[in-house]
Amino acid sequence: MKNKYYLKLTGKYLLRMVTLLIAVSIISFLLVSMSPVDPVQQYVGAVPNVSMEQRAKIAEYWGLNDPPVERFFAWGRSVLQGDFGVSLIYRRPVLDIIKEKFVTSLALMAAAWLFSGIIGFTVGCVMGAFHGKGPDKVLKKVCLIMCSIPTFWIGIVFLMVFSVKLGWFPMGMSVPKGVPTDQVTILQRIHHLILPALTLSFLSFANVALHTREKLVDVLESEYVMFAKARGESKWSILKRHGLRNIMLPAVTMQFGSFSELFGGSVLAENVFSYPGLGAAASAAGMGSDVPLLLGITLFSALFVFVGNMLANIIYGVVDPQIREGYRNE
Amino acid sequence: MSDMTAAVSGAQRRRIFVNRRTKTILFAALIFFVILGVYLSGALLSDDLIQADFSKKALKPSLEHPFGTDLLGRDMLVRTVKGLSVSISVGMIASSVSAVIALFVGVAAATGRSWLDHFINWVIDLVMGIPHTVLLILISFACGKGLKGVLIGVAVTHWTGLARIIRSEVLQIGSQQYIGVSKKLGHSSWWITVHHILPHMVPQFIIGLILLFPHAIMHESGLTFLGFGLSPEQPAIGIILSESMKYLSSGMWWLAFFPGLMLVVIVLLFDRLGENMKKILDPYSAHE
Repeated sequence: MKNKYYLKLTGKYLLRMVTLLIAVSIISFLLVSMSPVDPVQQYVGAVPNVSMEQRAKIAEYWGLNDPPVERFFAWGRSVLQGDFGVSLIYRRPVLDIIKEKFVTSLALMAAAWLFSGIIGFTVGCVMGAFHGKGPDKVLKKVCLIMCSIPTFWIGIVFLMVFSVKLGWFPMGMSVPKGVPTDQVTILQRIHHLILPALTLSFLSFANVALHTREKLVDVLESEYVMFAKARGESKWSILKRHGLRNIMLPAVTMQFGSFSELFGGSVLAENVFSYPGLGAAASAAGMGSDVPLLLGITLFSALFVFVGNMLANIIYGVVDPQIREGYRNE
Repeated sequence: MSDMTAAVSGAQRRRIFVNRRTKTILFAALIFFVILGVYLSGALLSDDLIQADFSKKALKPSLEHPFGTDLLGRDMLVRTVKGLSVSISVGMIASSVSAVIALFVGVAAATGRSWLDHFINWVIDLVMGIPHTVLLILISFACGKGLKGVLIGVAVTHWTGLARIIRSEVLQIGSQQYIGVSKKLGHSSWWITVHHILPHMVPQFIIGLILLFPHAIMHESGLTFLGFGLSPEQPAIGIILSESMKYLSSGMWWLAFFPGLMLVVIVLLFDRLGENMKKILDPYSAHE
């Protein structure tokens, strides 16, 4: 019975993932082939003396003269075999680049994710607990303002204040200049990570806090909390026993559902800090008309967001007894 | 109760009593005129004011140049206002298109057949499944960068949230009794949609439209900052900020600080305008 349910769930997710990835690849391929940028010109680039015949040969070799549908299937076939092509700007296989960059980006995104989750949740709880009083009003205004601040601008401001003026943090990059990769210490890496991670968490932090506040206010106005008050429970014990438990779940779902914004924000944050991650690679691929890399990153980012949403649903199912029972009775 | 006593005593003293609704309307009007002022001054200021003038190169903020000047001696205040004006018009076009798409899609999903509903939900999941910035880069790449790419990109990525809201609103209204009565009276579903459902969508539509603005503006400037949006000759906040990155280490903080701050102010103003319109138009929030 239980196994059957899990099997059904896994099947459902697999099916959804496959249809999503197919659709994303069709759409992104369509968009890329609509582009007026000439791929041969991009590839040849600054190299002079490339004759028309040679260009025609490259186009022929790449199959650029075939109709788009045929090209799509040719691309799709090689992607299924794990071959995403060779990046034009890095001149290396796309999959290798994505792997390498993602590891760098993951450190940044994970730091920002944890930071915005933990601090945002705490601030949200404080606001909810002081609902309608001084601290709540001030913090709420601050959060609303923070929601309107663009990621790239706050990154620049951080750089100006903490790197240029105060000199506490380096001016960007993920490792110090002129040091071989194997000699970089973990402390140096963390030192380079702090500002970009703060920047990236800035926007979602306020969102999480406001969302948590809203939920906590709802819970604290409920009748069971009133009953708890009537029983003489202290404010802290009400918050601990009734508040936190009830707002934990939506917060977790929201946190896992924020993978899309996290990835989008990392594109901007990594550009400001010249952080060599996947986000910076995405915009570099777009700027340099690196079609294979752009397609690869798009597919990968869609997968990343999908995994986030899936984790949110699974955690919800595992943690929330109501939903767990609901699935069984389905 | 206290409102009533206040009103009575106010009338007794023959003073003008301003209630919350009037205050909200006045505040919304004020914000609207501030935004309009920024837009018009950006659009009307002549380009002569931002001609390069090397005698005034890289000046710190002063009374004459409140935001300082850049390395070509151009006044940053004028450049900022012009950039904001461009941002506002891009935001206006993109979010109007986006809101209209959302209205059509939302109503179609709620009133159409069930396969259409499933399909639309699937498309919404799909659009939300790719990070906005990545999708914007793709679309901008497809349009060969530039203004067109930004407009199309922002317009086709922002409708999903509002479409969901409109869909659920229409579904809710569709289950009301008067719709059932109207059906029994023999009206077609098209007639019902136009006469009974769409009028209810007006507040949601306007509020949603205004609240799309901040997102549209932020994404526009972000995309321009990355180099995908407007071209470097055009005045745009994204261009100004990405230029300022080059001079960061020289300590010229005013190049980035004020233009970005003004962008935040405009985004906040639109957000407040949307919230105030909500209080005016939406009966549920009006009585909060």
